[in-house]
Amino acid sequence: MPDLLIELFSEEIPARMQARARDDLKRLITDGLVEAGLTYASAGAFSTPRRLTLTVEGLTDHSPTTREERKGPRTDAPEKALEGFLRSTGLTREQLEARDDKKGQVWFATITHPGRPAAEIVAEVLEATIRNFPWPKSMRWGAGNLRWVRPLHSILCILSDEAGAQVVPLNIDGIEAGNRTRGHRFMAPDAFAVTGFEDYATKLRRATVMLDADERASEIRSQAENLAFARGWQIVPDEGLLAEVAGLVEWPVPLMGVIEARFLSLPPEVLQTSMKEHQKFFSALNPSTGRIEGFVTVANIETLDDGATILSGNQRVLAARLSDAAFFWENDLREAKAGMATWAEGLKSVTFHNKLGSQADRIDRIAALSREIAPLVGADPDQAERAARLAKLDLRSAMVGEFPELQGTMGRYYALEAGEPAAVADAARDHYKPLGPSDEVPTAPVSVAVALADKIDTLTGFWVIGEKPTGSKDPFALRRAALGVIRLLLTGSIRAKLTSVIGDGTRRHYSQELHRFLREDREDSEAAAAWLGVEPEILRTHRTELRASMMLQQERDKKSRELIESLRLQRNAPVTDEQTLLSFLHDRLKVHLREQGIRHDIIDAVLAQEGNDDLVRVVARATALNGMLATEDGRNLTQGLKRASNILAQAEEKDGVEYSFGADPKFAETDEERGLFTALDTAEPKIKAAMAAEDYPAAMTAIAALRAPIDAFFEAVQVNTDNQIVRRNRLNLLSRIREAGRQIADFGSIEG
Amino acid sequence: MTSPNRPRSFQEIILRLQSYWADKGCAVLQPYDMEVGAGTFHPATTLRALGGRSWAAAYVQPSRRPTDGRYGENPNRLQHYYQYQVIIKPSPPDLQELYLGSLRAIGLDPMVHDVRFVEDDWESPTLGAWGLGWEVWCDGMEVSQFTYFQQVGGHDCRPVSGELTYGLERLAMYVLGVEHVMDMPFNDPDSPIALSYGDIFRQTEQEYSRWNFDQADTEMLFQHFKDAEAECARILAAAENDSAGRRIPMAHPAYDQAIKASHLFNLLDARGVISVTERQAYIGRVRALAKGCADLFLTTDAAGTAA
Repeated sequence: MPDLLIELFSEEIPARMQARARDDLKRLITDGLVEAGLTYASAGAFSTPRRLTLTVEGLTDHSPTTREERKGPRTDAPEKALEGFLRSTGLTREQLEARDDKKGQVWFATITHPGRPAAEIVAEVLEATIRNFPWPKSMRWGAGNLRWVRPLHSILCILSDEAGAQVVPLNIDGIEAGNRTRGHRFMAPDAFAVTGFEDYATKLRRATVMLDADERASEIRSQAENLAFARGWQIVPDEGLLAEVAGLVEWPVPLMGVIEARFLSLPPEVLQTSMKEHQKFFSALNPSTGRIEGFVTVANIETLDDGATILSGNQRVLAARLSDAAFFWENDLREAKAGMATWAEGLKSVTFHNKLGSQADRIDRIAALSREIAPLVGADPDQAERAARLAKLDLRSAMVGEFPELQGTMGRYYALEAGEPAAVADAARDHYKPLGPSDEVPTAPVSVAVALADKIDTLTGFWVIGEKPTGSKDPFALRRAALGVIRLLLTGSIRAKLTSVIGDGTRRHYSQELHRFLREDREDSEAAAAWLGVEPEILRTHRTELRASMMLQQERDKKSRELIESLRLQRNAPVTDEQTLLSFLHDRLKVHLREQGIRHDIIDAVLAQEGNDDLVRVVARATALNGMLATEDGRNLTQGLKRASNILAQAEEKDGVEYSFGADPKFAETDEERGLFTALDTAEPKIKAAMAAEDYPAAMTAIAALRAPIDAFFEAVQVNTDNQIVRRNRLNLLSRIREAGRQIADFGSIEG
Repeated sequence: MTSPNRPRSFQEIILRLQSYWADKGCAVLQPYDMEVGAGTFHPATTLRALGGRSWAAAYVQPSRRPTDGRYGENPNRLQHYYQYQVIIKPSPPDLQELYLGSLRAIGLDPMVHDVRFVEDDWESPTLGAWGLGWEVWCDGMEVSQFTYFQQVGGHDCRPVSGELTYGLERLAMYVLGVEHVMDMPFNDPDSPIALSYGDIFRQTEQEYSRWNFDQADTEMLFQHFKDAEAECARILAAAENDSAGRRIPMAHPAYDQAIKASHLFNLLDARGVISVTERQAYIGRVRALAKGCADLFLTTDAAGTAA
């Protein structure tokens, strides 16, 4: 049972690609070996910036011999047919066997495929793997045609067992496989030969290469923590950075430095972002001051001066970077103190999207929408509007220009500097949230109002211009925005009618486009008309009207409002937009609830009801229904309700009438019928009252009480009897069951 | 900086790079005589990266980035600065080692410093060019860009060129231990007439910053852009044969106009008169010119494919 060792040695592999590449190498090679008939005991893959390594232990040394039986022509077939069969099997006539078959005697051939040596298979599989490796981006180099993530320098490929190690013969575009590799680029650059994985790992370590990325990461973590501990500091944890840094070094040497005092007044987020983004430093926090005061950089080399030169170099680079940051920060603070008017002005010339106007246009819309949403979330409308006007001004600040990921974070600092109340400043920071399914959801009313308005504006805007997500394409992150809306509403139990909020948002886009057209006196009525989806002629007429009567502002506004409404009606698209956007939100809600264990058919059953644009209500109903369906009563009740519906539907189709009224207990013939009448008399008002009070669990209890009477009814009673009066009465009784169910959900769409 | 062979001035670093790469067999060219944003725009890189002919060149290229002007006040930013550019086709297998040798030559010993190759893919939308490679870090500072060209002007590079770009001021400031670019010794500080970088460039940085940001006549620049674009298109469309019947396609004169258009675009951008949406359109127009020049160059002798 030989062991296989493969190392692909190249120029520096991007850190972010290494983990995937390890997995791909292991999967492609082991799959290929198994496909070709070999088996193995275990396999492990490793990476450093310069190498991908795979060890496969306990590999079979041959693939097994296999036999294949093939049926040929009949023994009395023409000679030609037999010759063809012999050619195709590679056998002689003596090796064939005549057997009796249904249609007479037939020739059979047994072909033996001998097993192949492991080395041959390994060479094939490795070559195919290298040539088809799924790098996210690959390249050519020199005059060759081979592609790899960066130039591939050598291939180590050996099979080793007790007898020794053998190089697997392989040559890929001039790279001859061997048994040699190299150590650390600077500390141990010479080539050396290895005999197997253990020997390889030992020699690499001696050559200052730590093969295992996890080991490098844990080494970095523990050394960094020790360095920080010695000063009474703590490392700010950053798993992403740790993984990246572990992919940038073969021999990690963490070094700790101190941030110069003149930079300590910068916001901690700025220090951390600048150090991480530009230099891949870890931040060190001084718990006694609560500030970030130090950093850890991870070098790839041990030097005679114990890293003194490296550390002083890094300090200098950091100082230059932070000088820039301090310069931005001071300028930005000055601008903030002055009220940020220049930034607001500047956003007028920044395009948000060429069909949705500038960032300033966008802010106008969000501000107006925030004001409308404010009462729904318990925020002060003035504060909400103010917050929306300020929330995005930091996009013009120098700091956000340098570090876009600090948008919002800086906005909060600048709003505070401008003397705004904390609620308004916090909204600048929090209105982008939640950014992902696990991101924190803001709950402060002003922040919630602006966060909702921001997302609704984005959704309605891209909906209006037809940029909806399709398949895996969602360039404007509309799914994320929709999930944000859902989580904001649910977390805050916000009772908003989404259709009306969406309607507001949509209208604002239309009216802004129209005003741009009217205000700017644009001559391109074709473009504007296309945007609005109406005939250019209509626009031109209206504009002439509006211009001709240079009336009072108020009247002019009223006129243009009417115009918008009439255009909306003519186009009829906004209504559709609003409906499809609501269904889009419903789809995202389904995904969201499914993750919380509520089945999609249950949500569908609730969404089919009135009032489905109030997501808080939808979720409360779905949760209650989900609870009921988890019980046996609930499941049986569903069956009963469905059965009632089906019988009714059939009868109604056959008779061409709707049975919905007039069931009378006096035509009841059995106790089970009478029992159902009584049960319905009790349940119906309870369900109605509970639904009106939005006490969904109570409604579920009330309807669940119908389970036994319904079951008993179907057990004892044949609905379709010959007596037409009795039949109609029973059908009308069934319709009361259907109605009771409809109050709660569309049980027809519940599965099982 | 503990290295005993430490250079003493900006120009000494340049001279050492020149002689190092000359020793390694590069033709040491002179800067291109036009305004460009980076050494890559020199036809010795852009055009020579195309086609099958082998090539090895090194040169200093003065580069202009109008938006980076800071009136000479910022310690690191300049609207006019120098790049050192090395281009070798096909890229030799030991290009990384050759590069590290050049760092040793200017006093950066990789046994004392922390030299790292950090992923950085290069793309020039205006040239329709891209490549894969790294930025090279020395003690946490980016000192060079290292790229294997994959495409230029929309054409696959076969063979592949290896390109090295050193940002000379930043690199030199680090080697010389200077905090502000204007304080950097340009010639030997013990010379009878010692000149600092600031003695030579502080005033020009101020003058150009003012002109770039406030004064450049945008009407005129727009017109020049159109003129360059038109002339480039005209040259590209011209008959390949001259009046004497000799085949002389004019790839280089056309490319000069593309360079011009690119720089004019940068100037207009610095003046803040190009909106975000127009930006893409302008970049696309320059790319179309560069692409046309690349197409034409590929039919010429210098590309190794001429009839």
